[in-house]
Amino acid sequence: MLFSHGLMDIFYLVIFPGFIFTMTIGLLSTQIDRKISARLQWRVGPPWYQPFADVVKLLGKEIIIPEGSNKISFLLIPFVGFAAVILLSTMIWLANIYPDSSFVGDLIVIIYLLYLPSIALIIGGSASRNPFGALGASREMKLMLAYELPFLLATFTIVVKNGGIISLGGILNYQASNGAMITQGASCIIAFIVALFYIPAKLGEGPFDIAEAETELASGPLIEYSGVTLAIFKLTKSMLLFTVPIFILSLFAKNIWTPWTILWYLLILFFIILIKNTNPRLRIDQALKLLWFPLSGLSLAGIILAAVGL
Amino acid sequence: MRTTIPIGPYHPLLEEPELFRVVVEGERIVDIDWRTSWNHRGIEKIAESKTYEQALFLVERICGICSTSHPIAFCNAVEDLADIEIPDRAKYIRTIVAELERIHSHLLWLGLAGHYIGYHTVWMWAWRYREPICELFEIISGNRQSYAMMKIGGVRQDIKEETIPIIMKTINELEPKIHMFADAILDDPVMLARLRNVGKLSKEDAINWCTVGPVARSAGVDIDIRRDYPYASYDRVEWKVITQVDGDVLAVAVVRLLEILESIKIIRQCLEKMPPGPLQVEVPEIPVGEGIGVEEAPRGECFHYVQSDGTNCPYRLKIRAPSYVNIPCFRSRFIGERISDILLILASVDPCYCCTNRTIKIDNGKVKSTMTDKDLLELSWKETEQLREHYKGYPGGGLLE
Repeated sequence: MLFSHGLMDIFYLVIFPGFIFTMTIGLLSTQIDRKISARLQWRVGPPWYQPFADVVKLLGKEIIIPEGSNKISFLLIPFVGFAAVILLSTMIWLANIYPDSSFVGDLIVIIYLLYLPSIALIIGGSASRNPFGALGASREMKLMLAYELPFLLATFTIVVKNGGIISLGGILNYQASNGAMITQGASCIIAFIVALFYIPAKLGEGPFDIAEAETELASGPLIEYSGVTLAIFKLTKSMLLFTVPIFILSLFAKNIWTPWTILWYLLILFFIILIKNTNPRLRIDQALKLLWFPLSGLSLAGIILAAVGL
Repeated sequence: MRTTIPIGPYHPLLEEPELFRVVVEGERIVDIDWRTSWNHRGIEKIAESKTYEQALFLVERICGICSTSHPIAFCNAVEDLADIEIPDRAKYIRTIVAELERIHSHLLWLGLAGHYIGYHTVWMWAWRYREPICELFEIISGNRQSYAMMKIGGVRQDIKEETIPIIMKTINELEPKIHMFADAILDDPVMLARLRNVGKLSKEDAINWCTVGPVARSAGVDIDIRRDYPYASYDRVEWKVITQVDGDVLAVAVVRLLEILESIKIIRQCLEKMPPGPLQVEVPEIPVGEGIGVEEAPRGECFHYVQSDGTNCPYRLKIRAPSYVNIPCFRSRFIGERISDILLILASVDPCYCCTNRTIKIDNGKVKSTMTDKDLLELSWKETEQLREHYKGYPGGGLLE
């Protein structure tokens, strides 16, 4: 079973593949994102240590709690999302390293844990008692409803395709014997494309930065956050930038415990950066329409294809 | 449920203090209120204590972006008052400088519009292509901004023969870039989805709200000071007034982009036709009387009225800046739109808030025209007091204490 190794569990959670590992790769990924975006926009871009410096700087800043806000939820909720990402990353990597150790239904647990960072944003924004925070929270809620539907359908395609296995380890074992999921027919390719669009929506990047929309809502849910709490939110986001693609890769492209993963991950990262830099921000209703109708329709078609064996 | 969202007086979107109180129901806007003049500088009042030459530098500093529109309008007003006819070469130079300014102002707007809709690539690219224009100004006048080129009775500096090829080269290089932007905006489905049918202004509303410049032209009102009341050398070159019919944000963007191409056309012709000759005429004693000067600034009609009592200082200077005229049309454009489009519509008029600051003192129902320093200070204290009262109990309202 996962998490039954005594002291090793602490190592897994804190050092590898948990907090330190995910944070380092996540922050380096944000640096790649910032540097490439800068070069695309004729700017120089920050030096390589900038994301780390940002976090260190924020950790040293004062935490300001807005008057009349719900203090407990305002201060605690960033850590909930943060803990969820650490657990998420550990679970995904351990399932890849020891496929037999994963438990039945951990796919569902992973999907639940993926919700938590977004829910943390919603609660944090609402607790801040700022009209912009509340608006951002309501947008994040709508966006969550929008992007979860196609993604759930896409993961469901995989479950249908492999004959009802709902554990990540099981899916990896299935891929080890039958080849990567993405090579198994049109339905899986469709599901993979839908999952690719899920990443920027989940991360609030690219055309889906609707909740944080700096020029409209001045960072929305994050508007009142400062110091350590803001650093935690930023860390959560950059760790998700690493964890979500890794999750999708382990669903679609065999075991990620190989050097090829670096290449696949970089390709997905470039895809995110590319659509971020070539599209204006969508309006919330447009994002809802895009994610529900074309993409969810596509995923449904994928499920039907998977059911007939394509 | 109705919520009031304050946009301003300090907001990351607004580069200058301005307050828009937007009342929303969910994501829909039901009402909007505008508060202006957070940073009144009393330019009209100061001008009364300056000579005409000094006042020219003062009006140049009304706005940093259209820093040649106000001087041209002021010069036009004084030249109208004193009946001065400026030399031909000066007319062409005025046209070239004004059109270069239009290009840089429209590119600045394009970049900001990109920033507001979260399209940072457009933002950075537009500003990169604006940079050579700023450098041109530095070559021509020595300044990137506030060029100090205008003078009553002509222009202060010549455009030298060796500068002309540089200007030609720059605008020739700029032209394909503008075509690229126009194509990129008109072909991008996401861009069209964000801009089309947003903040619609009907032709009727455009006329009723007295809009000017690109905002009016985008709604199909065919007005342009450069054609209707020609000054400088606009009546000697071939160009056309750009109009659109939709009146939405997309139409405004199209008008501005196509105007850049027209400006390039005007500059090219001016550089070819520019005759040699003197740059300025001797300015006579300014007689008693009044004069009107108009100029088509990048944002619309800029109007200056000068009254003289025969001394070397203007007795009264009245300025009607385009942003002040364009902003009230928000009332008809905003209602029914979504919150996400607020900033887009705000940006579409290219508001220059420093041009909108006005103050008036009403004492017992009578307008009191003269204000001393003490009056102005008291007014400022009173305004802070009102703000404190208004934001009592709001989160963050305590910051005013």
